[in-house]
Parts: sequence; C-alpha cells; structure tokens
Amino acid sequence: MPIMSQKVLLSSKEINIILHRLACQLLENHLSFENTVLIGIQPRGKFLAQRLTKILKEEYKVNQINLGFLDITFYRDDFRRGEKTLEATKTKIDFLIEDKNVVLIDDVLYTGRSINAALTALQSFGRPKDVELLCLIDRRFSRHLPIQPNYRGRQVDAINDEKVKVMWEENDGEDIIYLVNR
Amino acid sequence: MSELSVKHLLGIKYLKETDIQLIFETADHFKEVINRSIKKVPSLRDITIANIFFENSTRTKLSFELAEKRLSADVLNFSASQSSVKKGETLIDTVNNILSMKVDMVVMRHPNPGAGIFLSKHVNAAIVNAGDGAHEHPTQALLDSYSIREKLGDVAGKNVVIVGDILHSRVALSNIFALKLQGANVKVCGPKTLLPKYVESLGVGVETNLRKAFEWCDVANMLRIQNERLDISYFPTTREYTQQFGINKKLLDSLDKEIVIMHPGPINRGVEITSDVADSKQSIILNQVENGVAIRMAVIYLLASKIK
Repeated sequence: MPIMSQKVLLSSKEINIILHRLACQLLENHLSFENTVLIGIQPRGKFLAQRLTKILKEEYKVNQINLGFLDITFYRDDFRRGEKTLEATKTKIDFLIEDKNVVLIDDVLYTGRSINAALTALQSFGRPKDVELLCLIDRRFSRHLPIQPNYRGRQVDAINDEKVKVMWEENDGEDIIYLVNR
Repeated sequence: MSELSVKHLLGIKYLKETDIQLIFETADHFKEVINRSIKKVPSLRDITIANIFFENSTRTKLSFELAEKRLSADVLNFSASQSSVKKGETLIDTVNNILSMKVDMVVMRHPNPGAGIFLSKHVNAAIVNAGDGAHEHPTQALLDSYSIREKLGDVAGKNVVIVGDILHSRVALSNIFALKLQGANVKVCGPKTLLPKYVESLGVGVETNLRKAFEWCDVANMLRIQNERLDISYFPTTREYTQQFGINKKLLDSLDKEIVIMHPGPINRGVEITSDVADSKQSIILNQVENGVAIRMAVIYLLASKIK
C-alpha cells in the first residue's frame, strides 16, 4: 500500500461561508430563478446543488427553484478506455430546459471532460438560452479543454498526483474537503 | 459489482445473479433515456455491430437494431435468406468475413442449439445470442424478469408459471434459468407431450391443469405453439389445445386474485390467449416489448465496455 497523506483544504465552517457566497452570486445574476434551472452533475455534484437550493429557499426566500440531476456516464469520452465498466447513476430532470438559463453544478472542476460530456448530455433535454458553470473547487492548470467556471468556491493549485476529496454531511458524515496525496 | 462476469451473452446459464442485477440497474438508466425526447446517447460511437439472423424474427431484430442505434453504434444487418450461406458457406467463414470488415460485436439468431457458443470459441468478437434453436433466448428472459420486477417490485419469491410448448421453447428454458437464479418459484404447464421428460431436474414444478396453475401463480407467461418446430403431432387439434391450455377472460375473472399475464410474442390470438385477455389491463405484453429495448441497450453497453 502506498502511503497516503491528506490535509484539510476547507473546514465545515469555510465551506458554509463559501456556499452562502455562491448562493448570493447566483441570486445576484438570476434573482427570481424564474427562467433559471440548476442541474447537479451526478454523482457528486448532486449534494452541492441540493445544498445551494436549500440555502436559496430557506435563507433567501426564493420560492420556486427547478433542480435536476444529470448523469453523464453515457456521454463520457473515456468509454472502453479504462479498466472498469463505467457505472451509471440516475438522471432526474422533470422540466424543460428549452430557452432557460442553465447552471451546471459540480463539486470539483479538474480536466473539464465531465463538463464537456454534460454539455453534450444537456442537448438531449432541449436548447438552453445559456449555460453557466458553478464549481466548489477549481483545480486550475489541470484543464484538458477550454472550460472555465462562472462561479467558483476556491481555486486550488493541486498537482496531478493529488486528489481533491469533497465530503458532505448528508453522505459522508461531515462537511470537509481534503487534499489527498496518492 | 460494476461489470459482467462474461464476455459474451450466450445464455442465462452462464450468468451469475449479480450479472442480472447489474443488467437491470443499467436498463433502468436506459429506460429513462428512451423516454426522453432525444432518445440517443453517444457511448458506442466507435463500435460496429452485425445482426446476423439465420431465422426469421420481427420483434427481436427490430429491438436489437433500435437498441444499437440508440447507443450510437454502427449497425450491419444480415439475413441468411439473402446471403452466401445459401451457396454453401460455413458459419465460421460467414462470420469471419463480416468481422474482417472491422465488426466488434455479433448478435446472432440461429436454428441450431449451441450455435452462439460454437461461434464464440472460433471468432474474435463479442457474441450475443438472440435465440439458438430450442436452446436459449437470454435477452427475452432478461426482459421478462425485468418486466416482472417493474410490475411486482421483485422477482424473488414470486410464483411464475410458464404455459405452452415448453419442449420446443428457448424462451421457456432461458426463463427457467433466469427466474430460478433470482429466487422465483417456477412451474411449467402444458400437454404432457410438450413438456420435456426431465424438466423437474431444473427445479421446476409440473402442472397439467391450467386452472390449478393459475390459482398458484402471480405471473403467467403464455407461450405460442411453435408450429414450425412440430415434426409430429403432439396434440389432437388446435381447438382442443385452446380448450385445455388457452387463457380466456372467463377463466381469468374466475380467479380470486389478479395475476399478471405475459407473452413473448408473436401472439396467436384465439389459440393460447384470447384478444380480450391480451389487451386487458392485467397484460404487460407491450411493456415487455418496451423493456426489451432498454434491456438490450444494457446488455450491449455492458458487453461493449469489455471490448478492448
């Protein structure tokens, strides 16, 4: 077993502050969310999208937010290129995205390939007015594609051997983000 | 468990229970995909699949072709009736000629039992058995179980009776393997001449009284009489068969519970099943057809991901 070390990148308190800032930034640009839909990218973007929706509804009194989850497995560009079969998760988009402002939400932006796949997948649900990207952690200098976030929580200069691990209270017991050395 | 334990789908006999669950979970996702307005995903855009049918088929062939196209695979269709097979070419030669055109996967229906297994040993491609004689028809059994799971929540513990020509039916054998593997209780019902002699050794019950079978079961899978395979006379007349082993509305309504009616198609209306039963709300025949596409997408996706 290789020795793994990990350090805390963001604590629960810091995550909470960042989530509130991101929610405010979304609110500033989309105000009533009437023509805006939030789409969490499965599997890990779901938690972030749910959390932001909760903050917007409970603390900023936005009544109606369309929230969906998008699985990108069948749109990925590495099918048959890895050792393992790519396992799908659930897609749940119960509304039309035609002419809507779509905000794609994922926890970590790394190579940009997932977002590329998500943009392709979105086409199956209509032609959005525009698409924005929100991520909690932006690993800059690691991009393989010309994709940048519109909203970012924290920018990180992580090298390729390192992995950013985002944990959520509802799934992993606590809100915390680690930088893991593989 | 995120990948299949097999490289080919030759029969349910070669699958594990976890394989079936993986296929079902993957099919759930594809079912959501095929109910979108744009029903296509790009996963298999670099895969070419040949559908080789040495026997007639409508549903299965269309279902496979649609599944392949929805996954963005390139599709070659081949029917033996219009081919060099008629000119004396062997099966291996035919398939190798097709494979030399860079084909990755072969979906084959063949009148001889074991044709898929034979082929898998001699050619370099993933093989999907779409029916081999009276042996197996694995994707049909998978979609049947998937439809039961969708309707009743689970397959385990359910009582399923398969009615009709068990002797000549590949659907029956694959269904028995699949249902037993998932923990269902299975009985077969039909004229004794159309029940295989040692069918009990597969762990299934035998019933020759249709009413008793229906009173026992949660699900009845009605099979067609395979007239094209009946070399001798197995029962006096079709009319007599219908009277004893055909399901009608009166019989269905006289039961004290609502059983689920299935049929793999093609239906011979008025023989094994009357029209009012086939079109009743207890029948899930058309759901089976819809689920067939999702199941075949799942099978092809999971097998294709093992092609290196």
